[in-house]
Amino acid sequence: MSLAKRIIPCLDVKNGRVVKGVQFVDIRDAGDPVEVARRYDREGADEITFLDITASSDDRETIVHVVEKVAEQVFIPLTVGGGIREVKDVRRMLNAGADKVAINTAAVFNPEFVKEASERVGSQCIVVAIDAKKVSTEGEKNRWEIFTHGGRKPTGIDAIEWAIKMADFGAGEILLTSMDRDGTKIGFDLELTAAISDAVNVPVIASGGVGNLDHLVDGVTKGKADAVLAASIFHFAEYSVEQAKRHMASKGIEVRL
Amino acid sequence: MAQIVVIDYGMGNLRSVAKAVEHVAPDQSVIISSDASEIANADRVVFPGQGAARDCMRELEDRELTQVVLNSAKEKPFLGICMGMQILLNHSEENEGIECLGLYAGNVRFFGNDLKGEQNEKLKIPHMGWNNVDQTIDHPLWQNIKNHSRFYFVHSYYMDPEDKSLVAATCDYGINFVSAIAKDNVFAVQCHPEKSAQDGLQLLKNFTLWNGD
Repeated sequence: MSLAKRIIPCLDVKNGRVVKGVQFVDIRDAGDPVEVARRYDREGADEITFLDITASSDDRETIVHVVEKVAEQVFIPLTVGGGIREVKDVRRMLNAGADKVAINTAAVFNPEFVKEASERVGSQCIVVAIDAKKVSTEGEKNRWEIFTHGGRKPTGIDAIEWAIKMADFGAGEILLTSMDRDGTKIGFDLELTAAISDAVNVPVIASGGVGNLDHLVDGVTKGKADAVLAASIFHFAEYSVEQAKRHMASKGIEVRL
Repeated sequence: MAQIVVIDYGMGNLRSVAKAVEHVAPDQSVIISSDASEIANADRVVFPGQGAARDCMRELEDRELTQVVLNSAKEKPFLGICMGMQILLNHSEENEGIECLGLYAGNVRFFGNDLKGEQNEKLKIPHMGWNNVDQTIDHPLWQNIKNHSRFYFVHSYYMDPEDKSLVAATCDYGINFVSAIAKDNVFAVQCHPEKSAQDGLQLLKNFTLWNGD
């Protein structure tokens, strides 16, 4: 018996509603975030992640209220990402009841922010979200670059080097999303996940591409992920979190049941 | 109405702790406070904490709460959580060595960067996630919680008290470390009961019903 691999349902929240896009477009409504979070908690989710994809910063208060409401009823760790740019954003989310914040674009433009934030609130609260896309061509050695703005803007930064740097700067965890796989339901980019997981000493959450329960298993066994994140397979009730855990357990993976 | 104070020294997820305690003790008053007299007058005290040992100690001193925390730990039901457990010892290895509250003798140690599991696999730091808590004593706070239940942990340092009779639970992560201690009216845990779903809520409920004996 030892540390369990975690299953983390992810809620993309826009203007206070759960939505799910396919490769960041084609948004579908998936419900009230508080209700969805409560369902996942009942089903045995190990954590819940909210990504606020609200476009306008004027509407950011909405996610704060969502987090406050969820934190009053759901007693498992909550991570919030999207629009976290300054230490005051970090504090606001933690004060609302989040346990961790995910920093993405702001880390790319200002890596020192990750250092500052982790020194102020502790590494355990700081997740660096990395959106990576394969840039090597067939036959070349694998290479992934990080992208910002929901996968639209390339940065020229190597994903593995970036993950190592972010861990050095105080990230307590890496949330790794394959932009090639996100929304495709063909499984995680396992090579990318294993490469990052081997490169850093902090936990890695695999994200992007889950379409069935075997994909979750592969994320842990082949991708060496410490946690697996999925959205649409849970939102549209294709599978429950509990089913996912039982399936993983049947394949010899330690989970919390 | 009995009053439970969650000590606010600027470190950690106070709101989560307070909400979880409120949830299990609707008939008691739960407040978050950094006021020494409020803490002194509380019936029960929860001492949470997150972040670095150096910052926790500095914030306690800046708010002049060191003495009231130590007094509370001698007088009334007292629950330490995470850093609120670690800094009860007299020393931490964190931040190149920090003198802590010194309620008990012992050291807070780093897991190390080359921690290995049973199959020699690399173990990540922080120790983050749900792990089995192995109860080593009977205690009112373990009531209705099955032995080896999983609780949520997130930490890179662990407590190593000199007096092993303090140990109330252990946990395995590369090494076997102390995950809870108990002495008189003090109970303290490395995990986060406020984030550990039903078993965590049960532990908090047990605390709100405990008179410290």
